[in-house]
Amino acid sequence: MSNLAQDSPRRRLISDSLVQLSSVRFKEFIREPEALFWTFAFPILLAIGLGIAFRNRPAEIVHIAVVGSSPEASRVAAAARADSGLAVEVLSPDSASAAIRTGRVALLVVPQPDGRVQYQFDETRPDARNARLLADNAIQRGYGRADQVRVSEAHVRERGSRYIDFVIPGLLGMNIMGSSIWGLGYTIVDARRKKLLKRLVATPMSRAEFLVSYLVSRIALLVGEVVVLLGFAALFFGVPVRGSVLQLILIVLASVFAFGGLGLLIASRARTIEGASGLMNVAMMPMWVLSGVFFSSENFPKAFQPLIQALPLTATNNALRASMLRGAGWTVVGPEVALLALWAVATLWLALKWFRWR
Amino acid sequence: MSGALAVSVRALRKRYDDVVAVDGLDLEIPTGECFGLLGPNGAGKTTTVEICEGLTAPDEGDVIVLGRRWATDERALRERLGIQLQETQLAEKLTVAETVRLFRSFYARGRSIDDVIRVVQLDEKRDGRVGKLSGGQKQRLALACAIVGDPELLFLDEPTTGLDPQSRRQIWDLVEEFKAMGRTLLLTTHYMDEAERLCDRVAIIDHGKVIALGAPRDLIASLGAEHVVEFVLAGSSDSLSDESLRRLEGVRAARRIDGNAWELRVSELHRTVPALLAELAQRRLQLAELRTHSATLEDVFVHLTGRQLRDE
Ligand SMILES: Nc1ncnc2c1ncn2[C@@H]1O[C@H](COP(=O)(O)OP(=O)(O)OP(=O)(O)O)[C@@H](O)[C@H]1O
Ligand SMILES: [Mg+2]
Repeated sequence: MSNLAQDSPRRRLISDSLVQLSSVRFKEFIREPEALFWTFAFPILLAIGLGIAFRNRPAEIVHIAVVGSSPEASRVAAAARADSGLAVEVLSPDSASAAIRTGRVALLVVPQPDGRVQYQFDETRPDARNARLLADNAIQRGYGRADQVRVSEAHVRERGSRYIDFVIPGLLGMNIMGSSIWGLGYTIVDARRKKLLKRLVATPMSRAEFLVSYLVSRIALLVGEVVVLLGFAALFFGVPVRGSVLQLILIVLASVFAFGGLGLLIASRARTIEGASGLMNVAMMPMWVLSGVFFSSENFPKAFQPLIQALPLTATNNALRASMLRGAGWTVVGPEVALLALWAVATLWLALKWFRWR
Repeated sequence: MSGALAVSVRALRKRYDDVVAVDGLDLEIPTGECFGLLGPNGAGKTTTVEICEGLTAPDEGDVIVLGRRWATDERALRERLGIQLQETQLAEKLTVAETVRLFRSFYARGRSIDDVIRVVQLDEKRDGRVGKLSGGQKQRLALACAIVGDPELLFLDEPTTGLDPQSRRQIWDLVEEFKAMGRTLLLTTHYMDEAERLCDRVAIIDHGKVIALGAPRDLIASLGAEHVVEFVLAGSSDSLSDESLRRLEGVRAARRIDGNAWELRVSELHRTVPALLAELAQRRLQLAELRTHSATLEDVFVHLTGRQLRDE
């Protein structure tokens, strides 16, 4: 018995092996030029491409919203619907302002208590100007004569409601997902295939430290990824970061753990890179499409929404947009971060349970 | 009693689906011995070693390593073992020093990184990438990782397979050095010369069973013949029989390998060869080839199984 105690190694707060494992992980990554490209350069190239492509977004059907539930609102909406080029929604003030910030509608039509109708829109956007002209025309006509309705305009010139503002948080979310799932999944399956995992468990290495080292190095790399992408977006497109930096950090950390857990889960049993990449694509593809990277996930039918909202990338994107574009508080961001934490706990637990070390 | 045994394995059995990899195997390796497992491809060497290393669970049998069992003392045992697997590829992007430092960090105590790199003669490659090393250098690095924890017991699974003669000799020197420190070694190989040179004792394994056990010299001596004569006849050899060859002076055993090729095990080469030539001349048979070599463990294997150890 005394022998046994003598043999157990001394423990320090942060063990040398965790430091070594994490730094080795980090070095392996930065010595891989392709991985560096996909992580840092690719999202920026994509942002540039999208920034250019969507500068003049054509709008065949113009989405507008009439705000309020008064009889006047329904009348205005009915008048506007007479124009087939307009898609008209009637929304409450809250959802209406969210809708215009995310770019889902180009124009808000607000019936005023004094009988006037106010048009709220970003006058720098051609499609919004177009919407205003169309809506005004339709409404004036609906009321019989052009000069029977007096109108006023309020110009909404807001950073944070352009397409580039919408897409940058989506790209960041997509990048965190891709680099976490791919970064963990690929390296672990590769190590298993090369019997390196087996060699490592043949030493006294702590298995928990081994897995933690992947998350540590991921987080270290993410600092770079986030700073590069957001810095670029702020500098060249003026994309805002309105929420606190602490909030942003917590969203990113929760996302790394959720996607890292998913990556570990995918890699927990696969023996071949091919098998693992198949699984990774199956996991990531639906989220690329559904989770609102390039266009709002609200474009999908209502019936799918509970499922879509439960996806981790939707949570990341929602939280990033709420924080960066609207400076939303924890009441909005908190539930999304909690959902990510839930994903992290569930996937890490399953991954540890199923992990194949040999 | 078992304190003096570094490894003790009893009635070991392991089956994979339809193959019985290890079939009732016993081993006892005293502390300080260099023990070799010798056998053809698929004999069960790796399976046996990996069970001893606690990497594979046996279906049946009892394994005691350094007086302990894997089920209860895994962590403590890992601190005391050095392991080199048959087919590990170390991370290519890391340097030699980084790799050794990583492995060193897993052990509570062990040798210094510089010391180990010097011992395996990789000083010059210290800051070179693992991916750029030659086969022999990679193998020496694997050995460095195996000894960096200063193990009491070292497992080497085919440490020199696929290496050129010079690289093999370098590895042998390392093994000799480790032996000289009084540590225990279990190695597998299918090179006879390696086993004869390095091992105090060998177990020859075939189909998961030990078919011969002892010091290489004793096993070869058990053949009762120190030399092997192989010859091939030009033309038909039907008039020649095992019987007639066995009657020649100094011949202990005779065997037709195939077609016109024969093999004799011989105790006195200088008497047998003239007698053989005379016998062939008398039967008007022509020699196409004649070769002789000193008997090796290979011949022991052939004697026991009727097969060659390596399919070449
Ligand atoms: N993981 C496995 N799954 C299925 N069969 C296996 C597995 N590992 C080994 N075997 C089988 O068990 C038998 C013994 O294999 P083992 O690797 O122990 O042989 P070996 O003596 O080390 O051979 P070699 O000289 O080629 O390394 C072989 O028939 C092999 O095919
Ligand atoms: Mg083997």
